[in-house]
Amino acid sequence: MQMRDFVVRFAGEGGQGVVTSAEGLAQSSTQVGYHALTFATFPSQILGGPTWTQARIAVDPVLAPGDDVNVLVAFNQDAYDAHHQDVLPDGVVIFNSTEFEIEGDDRSFGLPFEELAKSTGNNRAANMVIMGALAHLINMPQEHLISFVEERFNRGRAEDAEIIRSNIEALNLGRNHIAESSFSLGELAPPETPKYQQLMIKGNEAVSIGSMAAGLEFYAGYPISPATPILLYMERNLVGKDRLAYQVSSEIESITAILGAGYAGKRSMTATSGPGVSLMSEGLGLAWIAEIPLVVVNVQRGGPATGLPTKTEQSDLFGCMYPAHGDVKLPIIAAGTVEECFYGAVKAIEWAEKYQGPVILMTEMSLAERAQNIPKPDLSKIQEAKRVVYSGSNGYLRYAGNGLSPMPIPGNPGAYVANGSEHDDMGDTTHLGERHVQMTERRFGKIKLLEEDDYESDQIENSIAVMSWGGSKGPAREAYDKLKESGLPVGWYYTMFLNPLPPKLLEELKQKDLVIVPELNYQGQFSSILRSLGVKAESITQYTGLPFKARTLVEKITEMTNARLKETVKV
Amino acid sequence: MSKKNPEYDFKWCPGCGDFGVRRALEMAMINRAEETSQPMENNVVVAGIGCSGNLVHLLEGDQPYGIHGIHGRSLPIALGVKMAQPTLNVVVVAGDGDFLSIGGEHIAPQAARNLNICAVVMDNGVYGLTKGQSSPTTLEGAITSSTPYGKLEIKTNPLELYLTLGVSFIASGFSGQPRPLAELIKQGMEHSGFSIVHVQSPCTTYNDTFIQLKGDQKNGIQPTLWDIPEEHDTSDRAAAHELLQQGGLPVGVLYNDNDRLPLDQNVVTTWEKAQPKTVEQLLGAFEF
Repeated sequence: MQMRDFVVRFAGEGGQGVVTSAEGLAQSSTQVGYHALTFATFPSQILGGPTWTQARIAVDPVLAPGDDVNVLVAFNQDAYDAHHQDVLPDGVVIFNSTEFEIEGDDRSFGLPFEELAKSTGNNRAANMVIMGALAHLINMPQEHLISFVEERFNRGRAEDAEIIRSNIEALNLGRNHIAESSFSLGELAPPETPKYQQLMIKGNEAVSIGSMAAGLEFYAGYPISPATPILLYMERNLVGKDRLAYQVSSEIESITAILGAGYAGKRSMTATSGPGVSLMSEGLGLAWIAEIPLVVVNVQRGGPATGLPTKTEQSDLFGCMYPAHGDVKLPIIAAGTVEECFYGAVKAIEWAEKYQGPVILMTEMSLAERAQNIPKPDLSKIQEAKRVVYSGSNGYLRYAGNGLSPMPIPGNPGAYVANGSEHDDMGDTTHLGERHVQMTERRFGKIKLLEEDDYESDQIENSIAVMSWGGSKGPAREAYDKLKESGLPVGWYYTMFLNPLPPKLLEELKQKDLVIVPELNYQGQFSSILRSLGVKAESITQYTGLPFKARTLVEKITEMTNARLKETVKV
Repeated sequence: MSKKNPEYDFKWCPGCGDFGVRRALEMAMINRAEETSQPMENNVVVAGIGCSGNLVHLLEGDQPYGIHGIHGRSLPIALGVKMAQPTLNVVVVAGDGDFLSIGGEHIAPQAARNLNICAVVMDNGVYGLTKGQSSPTTLEGAITSSTPYGKLEIKTNPLELYLTLGVSFIASGFSGQPRPLAELIKQGMEHSGFSIVHVQSPCTTYNDTFIQLKGDQKNGIQPTLWDIPEEHDTSDRAAAHELLQQGGLPVGVLYNDNDRLPLDQNVVTTWEKAQPKTVEQLLGAFEF
């Protein structure tokens, strides 16, 4: 039988080309017509340190890194020691035989890829040697790879021809080298090339461009893993008249600066990770009470305080939904795929302007650094986010009434005080109980403006359903598809709108006997929030710093479903 | 608050220095608005938290825009407002606790950026609204509600601090002289860059220093305030340092560096180096 997908993991030291190898493989595979995504973890240091990245290549679209490793490319002994147990029994270990030797593992194949690359006259072609070897293992036609090389390195420079020649030679060397052995994985089914225009893009980049598609004008940020790439992308690209991306001196400056810019009429955003959100707590409360539009992107990492800066976790949901003291519950969008990183950012900017307040867009390390092929967004369907702006004369009561009111912009008539103290109609401080009641209800009431209609659902006739959130969507969907095939009576729900939930979705969830929520945190944060809304939800939790394996979820969902079904029968 | 607002019940204590600062700021904004033919709504007053921050609600006459934010963060809020709309005239009003203690971390970055705003700091050497705790400008050894056995730290010298951090316009004023103070604030607003007008604005309830500041000839009390002589070269940093060694509290413009471009103008110079792309072009870079 032909394979539908396979996983290659590259493991070595930081700086050895582990990441570029995996991304290069993913990229070349998508150009051949396959679907691909990468998954990376980094050491928290600049040079060296154990690092690995894997690429999953598939005939069908995939959203998860893959449970098992078909091929391990080990750059050194440590990498082999740390990863060989993840390789399937019928998998292959390609190791850098210039560097070290492996004995007693009949899956291993020594490939002197650095030496072979050197022999082509192009030291940088080691990736291509490996790729040629991989192509043999999955029986991929060599001409696919050759046309990829010709396309990729054809950049209109004089040296193009030589670079193309050496890379093709490297491909052939790798392929021929492993062909002399008996190693083979079978045959990857031919690609079913998507007919639409595609992008190969990472989550952080998709967030950046998505926010710009919605008309982002002002960005302030402070370096923090794993959100820094957004800051860097913005500083290069959010430039020119009436645009600014700027590095400030702390996350406290980030939040207060974008608040000032939002107040002054600009669509504003910052991106950070958990520690930054903690520092932004008071500023988020100010944006909520003073009704100032802004977006905070939280690219989640693991643990409290400094925690696990380069690992993935979904443990900031409580912290993002309830970031501040004093009755605050923020609108939350959580992206579950690289594509949703783009559309989530579009929505986040739109929401902030629409209800005039802070919105949190949650992503996570595993999405931020994931390179994936996605359909190219159709920009003609995306509009710049709009704010209801006041255009009358002076003497305006900015905070009058119980709902949204037009927002005056400095420089125009309608001057008022945006007040972080409880305030009256005109924005002056007040301590009257009835005012606090009115303003509190006004603030919560505006959330209704953000209710969306769309959500994913499948097999909704079942009384038990799976509903994951954020980046766990991928493994959860893969597990669900397997369970559906096996006939387990479970349904599927998914949305990236966590607050407010699409009202119709919430109604449906409330009808279920059990909603199973796979999520990467200890406390079961989303299921806890669902329970508070009247949904019988229970979590499957994991807090290893790594994403779920689909297999784990298949087992646990089956277990929970069968247990619940048995109970129901007893009654 | 352009009219009497029965709901707003905050009052400064009788004789509070902040009354004079408010008057001076009103005069400065009105004069500048007239001179530049810009409407009052081109002004944004970003206030900190404390007695001083309430100034933004107590302004009389034509109303500027205002933000009454959170404790210590008036400078970075002003950064956002100014960089979002560089044509606005942005003024920060803050107290010594707000500006120098909880907000102290924001002074150096704005000085380095030369953010084109004017900060008016009302220094009364005490936390008034929370009833009399020691602040960075409380004297060493002073007994306050939070230093029952005397303040353990030395008094911060704000003017020296600003000079060291590279604030490009530094003036020192007194709330008891609203007209000259208005002139200093107006100069601060006109300055192209980060300006701080540090004002002695005594707290009549917890730290009444009016007499020490002004002196009392009859009772032989020498004033701590003294006017910076006209011949002082405000562009001379060393001269400014020297002036501060003379003790007491100099009043007037201490330092004025007009050579540095402010942040908003520096940003404009980057536009030539950067080549802005459309969103379509940005997406195009990821096509395959």
